[in-house]
Amino acid sequence: MSVMEQDSAGAPARASLMNDPKVRGYFYQVLLVVLLLTFGYIIVTNTVANLERQNIASGWGFLGNTAGFGIIQSLASYSETSSYGQAIFVGFLNTLLVAVVGIFCATIVGFVVGIARLSNNWVISRLAYCYVELIRNVPLLLQIFFWYFAVLRAVPGKREKWSLFDTFHLNIAGLRGPKPIWEPGAEFIGYALIIAIIATVAVSRWARKRQEETGQQFPMFWTAVGLIVGLPVITYFITGMPMQLEHPNFVETGPRLRQGFELGVGMNLIPEFLALTAALAIYTAAFIAEIVRAGIQAVSHGQTEAAHALGIRQGPTLRLVIIPQAMRVIIPPLTSQYLNLTKNSSLAVAIAFPDLVSVGGTVLNQTGQAIEIIGIWMAVYLSLSLLTSAFMNWYNQRMALVER
Amino acid sequence: MASSQMFQIRTEEAPTLPAPVSTTGVIGWMRQNLFSSIGNTILTVIGILIAYWIIAPFIQFAFIDAVWTGDNREACLPQDGGHSGACWAYVEAYFPQFIYGRYPSVETWRVDIVYALFALLLVPLAIPSVPYKRMNAILFLIVFPIVAYFLLTGLVIGGTVILPIVETAVWGGLLVTLVIAVTGIVASLPLGIALALGRRSQMPIIKLVSIIFIEFWRGVPLITVLFMSSVMLPLFLPEGVTFDKLLRVLIGVTLFSAAYMAEVVRGGLQAIPKGQYEGAMALGLRFWPMMYLIILPQALKLVIPGIVNTFIGLFKDTTLVLIVGMFDLLGQIQSSFTDPTWSTPSQGHTGYLFAAIVFFVFCFGMSRYSIFMENKLHTGHKR
Amino acid sequence: MSKKILPLVLGAAMGVAASTAASATTLEDVKAKGFIQCGVSQGLPGFSNPDAQGNWTGLDVDLCRAMAAAVFGDASAVKFTPLSAKERFTALQSGEVDVLSRNTTWTMSRDTQLGLNFAGVNYYDGQGFMVRKDLGVTSALELSGASVCTNTGTTTELNVADYFRANNMPYEIVAFEKADEVVAAYDAGRCDVYTTDASGLYAQRLKLTNPGDHMVLPEIISKEPLGPVVRQGDDEWFNIAKWTLNAMINAEELGVTSENVDEMKSSDNPSIKRMLGVEGAFGESIGLSNDWAYNVLKNVGNYEETFNANVGPDTPLGISRGVNALWSNGGFLYAPPIR
Repeated sequence: MSVMEQDSAGAPARASLMNDPKVRGYFYQVLLVVLLLTFGYIIVTNTVANLERQNIASGWGFLGNTAGFGIIQSLASYSETSSYGQAIFVGFLNTLLVAVVGIFCATIVGFVVGIARLSNNWVISRLAYCYVELIRNVPLLLQIFFWYFAVLRAVPGKREKWSLFDTFHLNIAGLRGPKPIWEPGAEFIGYALIIAIIATVAVSRWARKRQEETGQQFPMFWTAVGLIVGLPVITYFITGMPMQLEHPNFVETGPRLRQGFELGVGMNLIPEFLALTAALAIYTAAFIAEIVRAGIQAVSHGQTEAAHALGIRQGPTLRLVIIPQAMRVIIPPLTSQYLNLTKNSSLAVAIAFPDLVSVGGTVLNQTGQAIEIIGIWMAVYLSLSLLTSAFMNWYNQRMALVER
Repeated sequence: MASSQMFQIRTEEAPTLPAPVSTTGVIGWMRQNLFSSIGNTILTVIGILIAYWIIAPFIQFAFIDAVWTGDNREACLPQDGGHSGACWAYVEAYFPQFIYGRYPSVETWRVDIVYALFALLLVPLAIPSVPYKRMNAILFLIVFPIVAYFLLTGLVIGGTVILPIVETAVWGGLLVTLVIAVTGIVASLPLGIALALGRRSQMPIIKLVSIIFIEFWRGVPLITVLFMSSVMLPLFLPEGVTFDKLLRVLIGVTLFSAAYMAEVVRGGLQAIPKGQYEGAMALGLRFWPMMYLIILPQALKLVIPGIVNTFIGLFKDTTLVLIVGMFDLLGQIQSSFTDPTWSTPSQGHTGYLFAAIVFFVFCFGMSRYSIFMENKLHTGHKR
Repeated sequence: MSKKILPLVLGAAMGVAASTAASATTLEDVKAKGFIQCGVSQGLPGFSNPDAQGNWTGLDVDLCRAMAAAVFGDASAVKFTPLSAKERFTALQSGEVDVLSRNTTWTMSRDTQLGLNFAGVNYYDGQGFMVRKDLGVTSALELSGASVCTNTGTTTELNVADYFRANNMPYEIVAFEKADEVVAAYDAGRCDVYTTDASGLYAQRLKLTNPGDHMVLPEIISKEPLGPVVRQGDDEWFNIAKWTLNAMINAEELGVTSENVDEMKSSDNPSIKRMLGVEGAFGESIGLSNDWAYNVLKNVGNYEETFNANVGPDTPLGISRGVNALWSNGGFLYAPPIR
């Protein structure tokens, strides 16, 4: 509406107030504000009246009350005697867990498929194409149901198992594996990991600086692996191995109900989590694959040819020339896919995975505090989305600086 | 050299030899595309294996072992130790429910008419070369919804029943899926345009309100919006006023997709060169005529692929309404699983496969159309 | 924002079932629109379940039909709104439905804190457990370490937590949004145990692939009196709901059925006379015509008839009367007299 401003500059000075764009602009804005306020007022009065009629006390006091229901998976300590607030927090952590694991898997699968889509190999590129089209055009909820209800029926029942290396076991009750039990002294391993990460960052800065100055490359990747894996491992042995693995216990005798894996021994990824994460990762990966493909195709072919002319082989060309340039195109849509994945994780409610929406829904039901619960949902997802936008802005600025 | 015959001069051109067998035809193509190196060969073999592992069981399930006719579960139970294939007989028996939900069977012709009208109006609208676009658009966007509304819900004028009322509680299946998706997209278009204009406005309050509105709806998952419309919306209304459940969902979906629509339209608005605005202003056009006559026709044409993509997303997202207890196509299929008459081990797989096929056909078709339009529109704006 | 109101205004203007009933009582409102809007479950055989043609049947459904018969003399003047456990109270509070007859447990908090009134009990239920027979479990106390499938948003979720905690048994709970999903997951073997109201277990067992492989354990771990619910503050409507149910129970006690109700009109028993409106003006006292109970019995039947038709021993559910027998037969059903 720059139009109006310019218009006003050229308008005759004594035009009637009605025709002065500035005045009209103010008028519209005031009108909007008044409408909004009226609308808000109506909603608030109605809500207050309704709540009063239904005897629902609004406020956050209910968060301290005892929840009384169980949650199948919790990252924080939780029991039936915990409060509603703790239950919601557990749900929030579960949402984060699904989001992080899902994003990790989706990124890997997405990049592989995206690159496969551009492969010279006809079979591979067709396969990747079919994957993308098939997955993108079927609703996510249907895919979640597929993974949960259809695949669930195909795995062994509770009293049987499929084992991999006798360490990981899959059956209908979930994927079991060894659980690390930390003993005193284990905290040093954590410290070592932190130190290793700091050292890696420092070394990489130094290496980049040296490369820019002298052109000499430094085997950064292997140094990083060595530091991040090596240092904690060395600490582990120095501190006298303060960690043990607790293997899941498969009971084959006794009453039939007790057969199968013992509750609470070893680590268990529940099938709801597996199905949700698999569906989210595979679904989002199809979109990421398209983003990666578009990003790579956005880098002009001359770059590849130039790299080849310099005698750089296919692998390093991709890694050192194409991908870094493609990343600039890839990252912004990629972050919004990450955000989509996080938001889509709320479909957990359909298959009983206790995420934020699912647990919140239960609390809503028990307490009737609809406004507060929905407020919490909205606040959490909005903050995640704002954080992501903030990251994107930061990234775009950084990219702009690097540009020459 | 003095001697005359010490050299040879070729008088006619040598015949062009065909390219080596190894580089042409099927073999050449395979050499180049499948087996150009050891690594590539391995990839090809792995790829073929993966394809086989996926396709073979699928064909086995969906066709070879499938049961095509039958009256109840007996037909679809696995025959002595054999595999159980898809139970298409069950889909056949439930087909009317998947299409109409529990819409009274004597009235389903009304739904058929709506489907037919929808197709009849949409097809010419979608094909760029068919004339009378404006007329068609008005029919589709304004007349059709009104006609469809009365056809579907019923019409009573002054006590005489012209079309018996059919409550939305009995609607279901594909009908609900389409009603939500189409209403969502049609209703969100004007709202989205208004928001997009608001976001580009220079009036700070309007701009702020638009931004907050757009970012709010884009930041939250649809499922919380649906919960909100089913649990919180009744609280906002004065005592005694109630909305139909379907209408509540429609409001939620419309507000949600309006935010996405606004961003799509904004993209189109930004793509219009400044000269167009300036040209319109130079002609003395005010804001709305300028938008209506010059900017929006160009911008909206540009964003047709974006609108179609939003529609695909919305179409897929309609499945979420089953979580708030409505019966869209997927919800209807899921609720049919509990019928003991058809309860077999393959019932669930068959139902989900059917849903997947229906959604895939719709979405894939639309995405092809979107790509087609993109290419078509691209010609005018190639650099 | 005007943009925000737009769809609301549009919707209201188009009158898409946006009904207003600002000042009228529920009875006036119901009479004006010509039918009762009844909130039922999304499909629970025996209580409220739609068939393939969309006709609703069940014990809860019959109660709504009985109310329609009492008000209009026509048992078909009723429309059903399927509601999830989560929405049911909101739907009643907001006036979307006039009565909620959806196997809803009468608890103190629901009665006092939600602005609702329970009009009585049409089925005395209790929470039970269903397991696979091959588990060899005979008592709920042997369920230590089991994984339990149930519905979220119900009292069952809380009861099961209390029960396992009180008996010091570890367990794992998988709580689904929809009953159908619980059945599917239990059927797939995700859980050892399926818990809900005992009547619900019998009903849902029908949906399993092999119903014969499953058994309901004898323990009942909670009291679940199920009954119709109306809004608080409208005593007239509350009375109609309450006395429709009572009339059905009294009729059973007095031996009045849909078949003999016409003959019974000339009965000498004063209780029957009062009930059928031959004597006194009891119908008028609740704002209806005096033959209200006659209409209920003629069109729907007494409690025994609806019980036997929907959940009784001859139906697929095969539930015996048990505690739902009349007090005179050792059950809990004891309706105040019409006098």
